[in-house]
Amino acid sequence: MTLSDIRPTTRRRIGRISSYVIFLAIVVVACLFADWSVIKQNFFNAKVAGDLWPGIVRAAVNTIVYTVIAFVVGLAMAIVLALLKMGHGPFKWFAVAWIELFRGVPALLTIFFFGLALPMAFPGLRFPGGLTGGGIVGLMLVTSAYTAEIIRAGIEAVPKGQREAARSLGMSHLRTTVTVILPQAIRIVIPPLTNEVVMLLKDTSLLSVIGATLTSKELTTFATDNLAIHANSTPLMVSAVVYLIISVPLTYVVGRLEKKMAVKK
Amino acid sequence: MTGPEAIDRYKDLHPRDLPIPGAPPIELIGLEKFFGDNHVLRGIDLTISKGEVVCVIGPSGSGKSTLLRSVNLLEWPTAGRVLIEGIDIQNPDVNLDRIRTRIGMVFQTFNLFPHMTVLRNVTVAQEKVLGRSADQARQIALAMIDRVGLSDKVDAHPSQLSGGQQQRVAIARSLSMNPDMMLFDEPTSALDPELVGEVLAVMRDLAAEGMTMMVVTHEMGFAREVGSRVIFMDEGQIIEQGVPEQVINHPRQPRTQAFLSKVL
Ligand SMILES: Nc1ncnc2c1ncn2[C@@H]1O[C@H](COP(=O)(O)OP(=O)(O)OP(=O)(O)O)[C@@H](O)[C@H]1O
Ligand SMILES: [Mg+2]
Repeated sequence: MTLSDIRPTTRRRIGRISSYVIFLAIVVVACLFADWSVIKQNFFNAKVAGDLWPGIVRAAVNTIVYTVIAFVVGLAMAIVLALLKMGHGPFKWFAVAWIELFRGVPALLTIFFFGLALPMAFPGLRFPGGLTGGGIVGLMLVTSAYTAEIIRAGIEAVPKGQREAARSLGMSHLRTTVTVILPQAIRIVIPPLTNEVVMLLKDTSLLSVIGATLTSKELTTFATDNLAIHANSTPLMVSAVVYLIISVPLTYVVGRLEKKMAVKK
Repeated sequence: MTGPEAIDRYKDLHPRDLPIPGAPPIELIGLEKFFGDNHVLRGIDLTISKGEVVCVIGPSGSGKSTLLRSVNLLEWPTAGRVLIEGIDIQNPDVNLDRIRTRIGMVFQTFNLFPHMTVLRNVTVAQEKVLGRSADQARQIALAMIDRVGLSDKVDAHPSQLSGGQQQRVAIARSLSMNPDMMLFDEPTSALDPELVGEVLAVMRDLAAEGMTMMVVTHEMGFAREVGSRVIFMDEGQIIEQGVPEQVINHPRQPRTQAFLSKVL
């Protein structure tokens, strides 16, 4: 009996079982040969973890605040950019250029530019929040570009009969957009926007390239600083867990929200 | 459609936006429309008098929808003039938005606002365009919704209604603006056969009350019974028109005969 004589379902089951067996074998081998005391000492060190308290709370709050500020302002800019891009004339090209610029340039470079290069070139220029503030402005601009494309796609996904119905009732172009089109577009873009928030949450870690003051550190800066102080990797593990504590519920809550709105609709 | 609420349609309007007494509701002169190279309307002249119910029939792609949508300038004609109640609505100084409130429009796909309740669908334009108070808009909306027989659905969302019910709400929404005329673009074509009757019944009532109507339809029964005039269109032109009995039962033009022999 060769392999091809076995029924396909059986063959698939054998394949699945053997992949589990191989996986298990790798785990067992890794456990046997790993030096557990070294791993525990360097990555899961209770004493180092204890020393992170309460600074980690501050860093987590900062991370959330930076995310919210960059997202809210970025979203407002994105709505305007999306509407401009869908219009005509010079404003359209301004929006197109803006979006292409901040999507095409690495976020890190933009953050460097606003956080370090601009303040260096114009010493009189002070963003609120200091250097970190400048970095957040960079994040905002990057977010505005990506979000604008999401919003535009959402607006274009609203059936064109909606606009026609509103116009036939005498609503102006702007009134139609605000009352009829945007509320529907927002619903459409909630899943991609959540995605954008989670990306942004993680991208706040790019701010770590800018020197932060003691009180303005976000999670990654806090973690890498403590990595150096303690010569130990535990801070990285702890901050990774904190990122997850923030991002996983966010995804979950928005998923619920979406379902609720789908029912109402 | 008289009463105190009818008056506010003219509130704050410039004299040039007011109906010219005695002018026909709709007058189309030499209408031409190109979509790129596609010559869709080829010189349409059409006058519709007050209280007329004009049914437009014709094969697919003949330009019926384009013609209807030119009346309220959802489609801007390439050439020719559109006069509504004697006003040249292509004049950039005219308040087109407010004049559109006097031209109700009902679409094949209903186009209710899915994020609003039935009641909100019917009040929103009254408030935002005519400036009616929330209370006044609500009263008028409830009356219109009652008139199309959907009082028990005011708090429902459109997705919870059947197609026929949605179309009746769409009619109520248009009527709430107290229009002087109504345009219908195949209002029953997207409906299951058993739901066609309830929508046609509402339209029949409207016609009986003297509403000026322009109806693109494939419902020959409706055209015959309710229409005061039937227009047959083909390839962007009006080929034949007259009373329903004449156009539908005794068409003179070979193209009309060919079309009717297919649909009847
Ligand atoms: N927005 C548009 N852009 C380009 N071409 C269009 C557009 N709208 C309509 N057309 C074209 O114009 C022609 C007439 O279309 P129209 O919708 O007016 O026909 P109709 O008589 O209403 O047909 P139907 O019975 O299928 O609804 C068709 O060839 C159509 O493809
Ligand atoms: Mg059509």
